[in-house]
Amino acid sequence: MLTQNSLPEVEEHKRLTNKEAAIQFLTNNMVTIMFVVLVLAGFLVAGMNPFLFILDIVARMSRNSFLVLSLIIPVVAGMGLNFSIVLGAMAGQALLIFVTHWGITGLPGILLCIVLVTPLSMFLGYLTGKLFNKAKGQEMIAGLILAFFAQGIYELIFLQLVGGIIPMDNRVLIMSSGIGVRTTVDLTGGLKYGLDWPGQIWGMPNLLRPTFPWTLIVGVIAVIVGFLVYRFVFKGRMPSLPSIGAGLVAAGLIVYWSAIQIQQETMMMMVRIPLLTWIVILTLCLFIVFFSRTKLGQDMRSVGQDRHVAAVSGIQVDRVRVIAIMMSMVMASWGHIIFLQNMGAFSTYGSHEQIGLYSVAALLIGGATVSKATISQALLGVFLFHALFIVSPSAGRQLFGDAQVGEYFRVFVAYGVIGITLALHAWKKLLQRKDQLGV
Amino acid sequence: MLQNLAAKFMTNFGLARLIILGFFIFLCIMAVVFQLDIAELLTSSLARIGMWGVLVLAMLPAISSGIGPNFGVSLGILCGLVGALTALETAFRLGGVVELSGGVLFLLAIIISLPFAILTGIAYGWLLNRVKGSEMMIATYVGFSMVSIMKIAWLFLPYTSPEMAWPIGRGVRVQISLAGRGITRILNNFLSFNIGDVVVPTGLLLFFALMCFLVWLFMRSKTGIAMRAAGDNPRFSEAAGINVNRSRIIGTTFSTILGAIGILVYAQSYGFIQLYEGPMFMPFVAVAAVLIGGASVKKASITHVVVGTALFLGIQVVAIPVANAFTTDWASMGEISRKIIQNGVILYALTQAGGD
Repeated sequence: MLTQNSLPEVEEHKRLTNKEAAIQFLTNNMVTIMFVVLVLAGFLVAGMNPFLFILDIVARMSRNSFLVLSLIIPVVAGMGLNFSIVLGAMAGQALLIFVTHWGITGLPGILLCIVLVTPLSMFLGYLTGKLFNKAKGQEMIAGLILAFFAQGIYELIFLQLVGGIIPMDNRVLIMSSGIGVRTTVDLTGGLKYGLDWPGQIWGMPNLLRPTFPWTLIVGVIAVIVGFLVYRFVFKGRMPSLPSIGAGLVAAGLIVYWSAIQIQQETMMMMVRIPLLTWIVILTLCLFIVFFSRTKLGQDMRSVGQDRHVAAVSGIQVDRVRVIAIMMSMVMASWGHIIFLQNMGAFSTYGSHEQIGLYSVAALLIGGATVSKATISQALLGVFLFHALFIVSPSAGRQLFGDAQVGEYFRVFVAYGVIGITLALHAWKKLLQRKDQLGV
Repeated sequence: MLQNLAAKFMTNFGLARLIILGFFIFLCIMAVVFQLDIAELLTSSLARIGMWGVLVLAMLPAISSGIGPNFGVSLGILCGLVGALTALETAFRLGGVVELSGGVLFLLAIIISLPFAILTGIAYGWLLNRVKGSEMMIATYVGFSMVSIMKIAWLFLPYTSPEMAWPIGRGVRVQISLAGRGITRILNNFLSFNIGDVVVPTGLLLFFALMCFLVWLFMRSKTGIAMRAAGDNPRFSEAAGINVNRSRIIGTTFSTILGAIGILVYAQSYGFIQLYEGPMFMPFVAVAAVLIGGASVKKASITHVVVGTALFLGIQVVAIPVANAFTTDWASMGEISRKIIQNGVILYALTQAGGD
């Protein structure tokens, strides 16, 4: 019935006046605009030091962006917000525990985690995808409940089996009774900063040091090399002399400024920008862009737009959906490893629980909906959501004399924004369906 | 013949339920093997069943009216909590003038919470009518949002009674003891008697039975029958002249009211009112219980409620001492098995509902 009606619709493409365009922009970006206002107000009320704010927001963006990006592909495939990324986070965390136990540290340890977690999270993603295919239309609630269910399994494994049936003899990690992993795991001296600061473990603290000036220097070198390679490979000729000169002068100035900052140990040294982590995040962004242009990516988009039409045009809908969840799950497990190596310590039974909530809320705050999400929305959302996280306790203290209020408020915001976005989307869908049916 | 019957039983009963029943029987056998105190286990099972019963019953009108298991019953719970706190505050303010007895206070709490529950239920039903097809997810997040906004409200609401307010600082306590006002176990102790060592909380079970009877009666009234029809087949009912949206609002409101009464029953039995995070995950227990009893996301009956409550809470009561009897290292096993069973059965029901 629906498919018959979804013939190419004749839309009236009339030019919008400025006023109409402005109203449309406002209604389409209501959530994001509201958050910009909220963050600005909170920032002013809190009276925060802008420099400290920047320190915090940069650190939070580098540890959370990857996780939020992992939500995009299922949205494109029409499966909504993938709350089951918590399973991927659990897988990543499990591997961190084991690799810490094996005593492999630094970047090699992180790489080992990544290599081992990939098949595990692919397997989990496969099962989750199969489950979602059995509960079409209810993927989000199924994902949410699945995360609770998996929490039970996770606790069963790490509280009851590790140390007993799964042997692990480690006084630091295992509880004194010999069974069960301790409630917190400390990665200091092991996997901490494994990706952010690989040189630290190898006794070369300045190698890829995650401070702003060092990152700037390496970044400038990377840009120059990349540019030259690009010119040689794709254009086959050298750039003109003046442009080389201008480029070199600019690069020299940046390096000179950075060197001064490093030498004088200024405040800039406190801004932590982990270069390798950002390279990984940017690579993921490029991958998502690239992937959306492949055949599979296009199929996913068609499945997301209309399952029935996609099935009629010969796409294996169920298979595409399973793949989307598998990809999301693998990315989530990597994302959680990046998150935890930056945190440096984690609560064994709790640190993954809120990952789904906070990542989804961040994505939605960036302006995404249940059926549309882009990279820029994800990154903007991470920025706004964590900016609110930073300012709300001190804003609460300023306004009510109680930081607790601010903390409760930001949790409410996370739940509330998900609830409102879901409700608006469901309402819109219902109205569309009514229109199509001519009711 | 017998095979046919067995096959039919399997499809009706479902694999997940069979596993859970098997697990329950296994736990009971283990309890006997380990020579646990069976009388005590029965006593606390009965108390737990009565304690959760009304909250589980709250799922029934919601499922019947077609909105599915009410994952947002925490809204009703919050209304009940507001009623309870207001009743306690009234008793405190009237202290010295009139002494309100425990029974009066309990009734007062129910009466105060009713208008809140009715208004909330109508608004919530109105919202759910606008999001048909995604009720479960949205109900969950509406519940989560309201619980977290009430966390802020608990800090600001003007309750001053010393058993509720922190002596210093802002807001009401996380857990409020009911011992001082004589409401603790008021239903449990009403007409309670012993069979051997087993204590039967007569009042509690009677109250649960009364609520079940009221719901049963409602379901057979004209409104109730229309509501069930609307839940069963909305299009057909619409054609037959039933106002489906109105029926759904009635079902939701009824469910919210039962949620409010349910938490009051729960709190008097537990002896404490739990605020802040307390109501957050309660709906999932109630949803799981009714599903374990044999309900689906589209169909439920009072038998499902009673069987489900008995089975699910029975498991929770027996699992912990049985797990403890293995070794002390298995102490957390009760909580883990609850998580796995509770969410496993909800997942199972979601897959059975099939796609749209």
